[in-house]
Amino acid sequence: MNQQNEKIKKSAILIACMCFSITGFFISIVNGAVKISFVEIVNAIFFEEATVNYQIIMNVRLPRTITASLVGTSLALSGSILQGIMRNPLASPNIIGVSSGAGLMTLIILILFPDYYFLAPLSAFIGALTATLFIYFLAWKQGVATTRLILAGVAVSSLLGAGNNAIMTFYPDKVSGVIGFMVGGLSATNWKHVDMIFPYAIVGIILLLLISNKLNILMLGDEVATGLGLNVEKTKFLFIIISSVLAGAAVSVVGLLGFVGLIVPHITRQLIGSDYRFLIPATIFTGSAVVILCDTLARVMFAPVEIPVGIIMSALGAPFFLYLLRRKKE
Amino acid sequence: MELKVEGLNVFYGDKKILNDISFNIKSGEITTIIGPNGSGKSTLIKTISRYLKPKGGSIYLDKVNINQINTKEIARNLAVLPQVKDVSSDISVEELVSYGRYPHLKFGKRLSKEDKEIIEWALEKTGLLEMKDRCVVTLSGGERQRAWIAMSLAQKPKILLLDEPTTFLDICYQFEVLELVKELNKTLGITVVMVLHDLNQAARYSDKMLVINNGDLWEYGEPCEIVSENLLKNIFKIDADIYEDKVNNCPYFIPRKITA
Ligand SMILES: Nc1ncnc2c1ncn2[C@@H]1O[C@H](COP(=O)(O)OP(=O)(O)O)[C@@H](O)[C@H]1O
Ligand SMILES: [Mg+2]
Repeated sequence: MNQQNEKIKKSAILIACMCFSITGFFISIVNGAVKISFVEIVNAIFFEEATVNYQIIMNVRLPRTITASLVGTSLALSGSILQGIMRNPLASPNIIGVSSGAGLMTLIILILFPDYYFLAPLSAFIGALTATLFIYFLAWKQGVATTRLILAGVAVSSLLGAGNNAIMTFYPDKVSGVIGFMVGGLSATNWKHVDMIFPYAIVGIILLLLISNKLNILMLGDEVATGLGLNVEKTKFLFIIISSVLAGAAVSVVGLLGFVGLIVPHITRQLIGSDYRFLIPATIFTGSAVVILCDTLARVMFAPVEIPVGIIMSALGAPFFLYLLRRKKE
Repeated sequence: MELKVEGLNVFYGDKKILNDISFNIKSGEITTIIGPNGSGKSTLIKTISRYLKPKGGSIYLDKVNINQINTKEIARNLAVLPQVKDVSSDISVEELVSYGRYPHLKFGKRLSKEDKEIIEWALEKTGLLEMKDRCVVTLSGGERQRAWIAMSLAQKPKILLLDEPTTFLDICYQFEVLELVKELNKTLGITVVMVLHDLNQAARYSDKMLVINNGDLWEYGEPCEIVSENLLKNIFKIDADIYEDKVNNCPYFIPRKITA
């Protein structure tokens, strides 16, 4: 197959990913505790603004679906970047401690300074970045070896996890309010959350689309990349910042939602290949679709009771992670 | 392009690897670095290619200190193939070669028609046009090495650094690669600095040889001066008979035994 056909094929896959994401979006809007048909939805949105259906769609499902979409995209992109610069398929925001850094800082805001909830994404970003840099520093020994990085990440993650537990122990009365946060959930999401995550996600996405070819060069290894005139340390640092912004923004609204940043980039890479100029846009769509659909499942599976989306993600993600681990050994 | 190295000192941690290395490579020459395992050959290549920062000393391209040149600008003149390199499993030959254009691309720009022509040219020069759509990982060792060389060529460099381009290749592919390097040097005037293990090949394909021993520059000169009983005995620990290859106009040797 030649380069031209390859491009056409990849573009087709990209469009398929986009359709998948759009379909997911509608499935999420249509399904929920209250059954609303597609026609009713169109009516509700365009013609009958005062109805209950309109209220449900506009104030509950739409913001929730948009948030799920942005969360999915952010976590998946964050994971995709980390897998690239660490050249390890197991690197993801959860495993290397970016999420737990963001999580601890968010928890501090939620429990200790609830009035400043709007600062959550910023403090989550600071937490994510501090954790990442600390891990990077720990793993640094004339360059960063991947195994050292992941081990340091696991260590720092459990340390930060202990911090989370400590806070919850000291404020037992507030624990019930943050359970959803600990497993990752989107219940009671509203436009406020969309406003929180949107600016960070958009900046991260646009920046990534602009410099995705640098990830391709980094994938050739530090020596070759340097030889091609890429400032390797600076570029890696830039990507770590972007990855922290995205993971931080996501964690601040959804909590410690695991496995999205691991599974989605991995499957997307299988679908469209490792060329980041296609991989990044594809991941934007698959990430959003996966979280939207899992969240829909979480809402309707035991309706009217809903479970946190994190439980669904873990149920799907943990086996997948083990599968990856096994396959890597062989 | 001329490459000058002055008083280079390189460390790994506290361990000094290269000790006060100075030499001056003329434009259009092929220079081969030889020396025992662990003597610092790769370290020298990595330092010249700015992957390692020297503790002391300077490197000049046409008399300009590389610290004063933008890294992308350097990459437009100096290409390097490290000893160890790998690619994602789904990268095609053409794609790999296209990365050689990276230092020439403006921010956010795609490959221009001219870039594509240069990629085509690099593929043709290395005899890879037929297999440009194959995945790099499916190529034979020799073809793969040629694909990497094609990527360097797409950089349109004036100097090419190669670290052990023939290691792990069958003898036929070794010659294939060395002949290619020689041809690129002759037809395009590219200055070549490479590391080779086979001393006879080094003597045959180089204008100059540079001997590194235990981090020191032991000797630098033409093959007929360098390949001597003294070198083989003191540096490589073998006793050998040295002959002259009249066809290729270079010395060669046949080892007899390990020096007692
Ligand atoms: N990453 C590294 N960390 C520490 N020491 C190293 C590293 N790489 C090489 N060395 C040491 O530097 C010395 C020179 O290595 P190298 O330049 O690779 O030798 P050569 O290429 O001549 O075989 C060796 O003693 C080697 O052990
Ligand atoms: Mg070496």
